[in-house]
Amino acid sequence: MAPPALQLDNVSVRLSGHLIVDSVSFSVSAGGIGCLLGASGCGKTTLLRAIAGFEPVSTGEILLDGAVVSSPSGALEIEKRHVGMVFQDHSLFPHISVAENIAFGIQALSSPMREARVKELAGLLEIGGLLGAYPHRLSGGQQQRVAIARALAPRPEVLLLDEPFSSLDVELRETLAREIRLVLKQEGITAMLVSHNQFEAFAMADEIGVVKSGRLLQWDNAFNLYHTPASLAVADFIGEGVLVDGQMIGKNAVETELGIIDTREIENFKLPDTKEISILLRPDDVLHDDASPIKARIVEKAFRGAVFLYTLELESGKRVLSLAPSHHDHDVGEPMGIRLDVKHLVAFPKLPSPICR
Amino acid sequence: MKPWPLSLIALSLILATPIFVVLSSVFFSAGDIWTHLFETVLARYISNSFALMTGVSIGVLALGVLPAWLVTAYRFPGSKVFEWALLLPLAIPAYIIAYTYTGMLDVAGPLQSNLRDAFGWSYGEYWFPEIRSIGGAIAMLSLVFYPYVYLLARAAFAGQSASVMEAARSLGCSQRSAFFRVALPLARPAIVVGLSICLMETLADYGTVQYFGISTFTTGIYRTWNGLGSTVGAAQLAALLLGFVFILVSIESWSRKQAQFFNTGSNAWPSPAVPLVGGRLFIAYLVCGIPVSLGFVVPLIQLSIWASITSDSIMTADFAGYLFNSLALAAITSAAALILALFIAYGRRLYPTQLSSVAARVLSLGYALPGTVVAIGVLVPFAWLDNQVSAFMVARFDFNTGLLLSGTAFILVFAYLVRFLPIAMNTVDAGLTKIRPSMDEAGRSMGLGPMTILRRLHMPIMRGSLATALLLVFVDVLKELPATLLLRPFNFNTLAIRTYELANEERLADAAGPALTIVLASLIPVILLSRSLERATNVPSVGEKPR
Repeated sequence: MAPPALQLDNVSVRLSGHLIVDSVSFSVSAGGIGCLLGASGCGKTTLLRAIAGFEPVSTGEILLDGAVVSSPSGALEIEKRHVGMVFQDHSLFPHISVAENIAFGIQALSSPMREARVKELAGLLEIGGLLGAYPHRLSGGQQQRVAIARALAPRPEVLLLDEPFSSLDVELRETLAREIRLVLKQEGITAMLVSHNQFEAFAMADEIGVVKSGRLLQWDNAFNLYHTPASLAVADFIGEGVLVDGQMIGKNAVETELGIIDTREIENFKLPDTKEISILLRPDDVLHDDASPIKARIVEKAFRGAVFLYTLELESGKRVLSLAPSHHDHDVGEPMGIRLDVKHLVAFPKLPSPICR
Repeated sequence: MKPWPLSLIALSLILATPIFVVLSSVFFSAGDIWTHLFETVLARYISNSFALMTGVSIGVLALGVLPAWLVTAYRFPGSKVFEWALLLPLAIPAYIIAYTYTGMLDVAGPLQSNLRDAFGWSYGEYWFPEIRSIGGAIAMLSLVFYPYVYLLARAAFAGQSASVMEAARSLGCSQRSAFFRVALPLARPAIVVGLSICLMETLADYGTVQYFGISTFTTGIYRTWNGLGSTVGAAQLAALLLGFVFILVSIESWSRKQAQFFNTGSNAWPSPAVPLVGGRLFIAYLVCGIPVSLGFVVPLIQLSIWASITSDSIMTADFAGYLFNSLALAAITSAAALILALFIAYGRRLYPTQLSSVAARVLSLGYALPGTVVAIGVLVPFAWLDNQVSAFMVARFDFNTGLLLSGTAFILVFAYLVRFLPIAMNTVDAGLTKIRPSMDEAGRSMGLGPMTILRRLHMPIMRGSLATALLLVFVDVLKELPATLLLRPFNFNTLAIRTYELANEERLADAAGPALTIVLASLIPVILLSRSLERATNVPSVGEKPR
C-alpha cells in the first residue's frame, strides 16, 4: 500500500520556549484534503508552517510520501520539499505580473512549457484574462486564485493553505472554497488547509482535525465531528448546542426534562460509565410542536431567513436552542411547545456547564 | 477667500521667489559671460557633476544596500548595534569629512609620514592615491551620504511581509535567490528614493568639491558671481543646476509612488532572522563595519586628536563669537520655521483647498535646492528691494539706507527658511496627522472648546514632533556652508564658516575645534533617528506572532 501523502507522527513544535504544538499525529492519503480547524492562537498555523518547513519540530516526525522531512535531528530545506503554500494574505509578488507570479516557481522549465503550464492553470482557475495584470489591480478573490495557481504550478506533492479564504467576504468564501475543492479533486492534489471557520472547513475538506491549545482533539469527517464529537471541547467548537442533564433509566432510555429518549433508536450510542449524564442537544434536535405537552418560554429569537433560532427556557431555568421554520413566528416571552427528535445522541458524564454556545 | 489660506499662498509665493528668480534668469542676457562660460568651463562642470553622480551612485549603493539586508535578514553578535551605528556618518557634513581625510592622507599627513619613516622612502618616490581628486570626492561623499540609501533600504526590507519571502522559498528559491528575485526588486523603489536624495546632496555639495579643486556647478556659481561679478550668469548656471535637481525630484516622487504599489501588506512581521557563523559572519562584519568606521569612527577620532592638540587655541573669545553666531542663527531660524510650519499645517487642516495644498507642495521643493542656488535666488530680489528702498529714501528724505536687508543676517535667515522649512513642515505634518479629525470631533462632542482641544489634545500629542522639527532645523542651520558663505554679512563668522576658512588656509588641525562642535551637535538628531528606528523594529518576537 502506498504511504500517505502527508503523515505526522507525534509532532511537537516549540517556539521561543513555548510549546505551541503538542504531540499531534494524523495522516492525509494521496488526493485527500485535510483541514486543521481551531480558534486563533491554537497552534494550527504553526503546525502548517512546520509541515512547510518554516518551523522546526521538537519531537516527532513529519513525512511526505513516506520520506521523513522534519525531525528533531534536522529538517529538509523548504525549497526542496515540493510543498506549495498559499498564504493568508496571498503574498503575491507585487513587482511582477500575474503570469510571472504563476511562473515564478517553474523557471527550470523551458519557456514554451512554462507558458503552457501558466495557461493551463489560468484556465483551471479562470484567471485567463488577468495574466498581464499586476497584483495590486486584482480583487481579493482574484488574488486568491492567482496565489493557488502559483502554488500549484511546480506540481507540489502537498498544497498547504493558511486561512485561504479569511480575507474574502462571506458570500465569496464558500463559493470559492467549493470551486477550489473541485479543482484540487480534478487534479488529484493532496491538500491541507488551516481554518477557524467550520463552514469553510466543511465545504473544502474530506477530513478535519479540531485543534485546541496545540493538541489535536479529534480527526474525523465533518458529519462525525458534528454528530459524534469525541469530547466536550469538540462539541463546543463544532456547531451550536446545549448540554442537558439526563439520567439513565435502565439500559435503553435516558430521562431528561424534555422527555424520555429511547437509545435503541440511536446509531452508535456510546453509553457513559455514570448514571448521571449530560447530553448534547443540537438546535435541530429540538423541534417546534404546538401539540407537545412540554412547554418552554422564548427568551431570545434570531431570524435566519428560512428558520428561527429560538433560545428557550425550560421550567427548571435550563435553556435550550431550537430551530423552527420561520412561519412559526412566536414572540419573546410566549411559551412554545417542543419535542425531542434525536437521531444522534452524544452523552458525557455529567458536567456542570449549562450552555456551550 | 479667507485670510488664513490667502496668507498661506502669499507665504509660499514669497518663499518660492528664489526659484522663480533663478528660473527667470534664463530670459535675461548675461552678456559675454555666458559665451565665456560655455566656451571654457561649462562642459567641465557638467562632466564633473556627472562623474561625481555616477561614482557616488555606485558608492552609496555598495555601502548602503548590503548592510541594510544583513541587519534585517540575519542575526549576528552586534547586528543590533550596526542597525543604528550605520546611520552615524549622517552626523558628519561632507566638507568636514573631506578636510579630515585630506589632513590624514596628504603628503604631510600622518599616514604618508609614517609610511616614509617605516620604509625609508622620500617624497615622490612612491605612489599614493591623491585624495584631492574626483575619486577622492566620490569616496568622501559616498561615505557620508550612504545612510540615506541604508535607511530607506532597511525600512523597505523590514517592511516586507515575511510571507512574501516564504512564498518564494516554498516555490523553490534558496534564501540567496529569494533576495535577488523578490526582496531586492521589492526594495528597488525605496532604494531609488534614497539614491535620488544622495544625488541631490551631491549636486548641492560645495565644501568638498571646492576644497578638492573640482569644478562643478556649485563652485562655478560661486566663481561666476564672486570672481566674475556676474549675478545673471551665476543665476543662469543655478537655473541649469536646478534643471538637474528637478529631474532627481521627479524620479524621487515617482519612486515613492511606485513603492506604495510594492507594499506587501499590513501583516508584516520580520522573517525569523537567520544566524550567521564562520566565514559568512566575517564578511558580514566587513560589510557593516567598513561604512561605520570609515564614515564615522576614523574621522571622529582624527578630529578629536587634532582638537586635543589645538585645544589651547580653540577656547578663545573668537570661538565664543562664532559659536554665538551659529547658535543664534540656528535658534532664530528653527523657531521661525516651527511657527511657519504650524501656521501652514493648521491652515491646511482648517481650510483644505486645492490651492493651499499646491502652495504647500511648492514650499516643500526647498529641500532639494542647493545652498548656492538659494543664495543666488535670495540675493537678487533682496538687492533689488534694497536699491528701491534706498532710492526712494534718497529722493524723499535725502538719506541713504544702503543695504538694508541684504547686508544683514535677515537675508541669511530667509535663505535658511527657504531651504529648511520643508523639514519642519514634514515633521509637523507627521505629528498633526496622528490627530485624526474624528478626535477633534470627539472632543467637541464632549463639550470642549477649540482652545481646550488645542491645549489638552493637540499639544500633548504634538509636543514630540515640534521638538524634533526644532532640532532638525537647528542642526541643519549649524552645518550649512555654501549659502552662509555667499550671504553672510561682512566679517560675520559662524562655526561652519570658520571651519571652511581654516581648512582653506591649510590649518586643518585648527579647524578641528569648530568641526568637532558641529559633528557633536549633528549627532543629536542622528541618535534620535536611530532611536525611532529601534522602536519601529520593536515587533513581537517569534513566539508572540499573531497566529
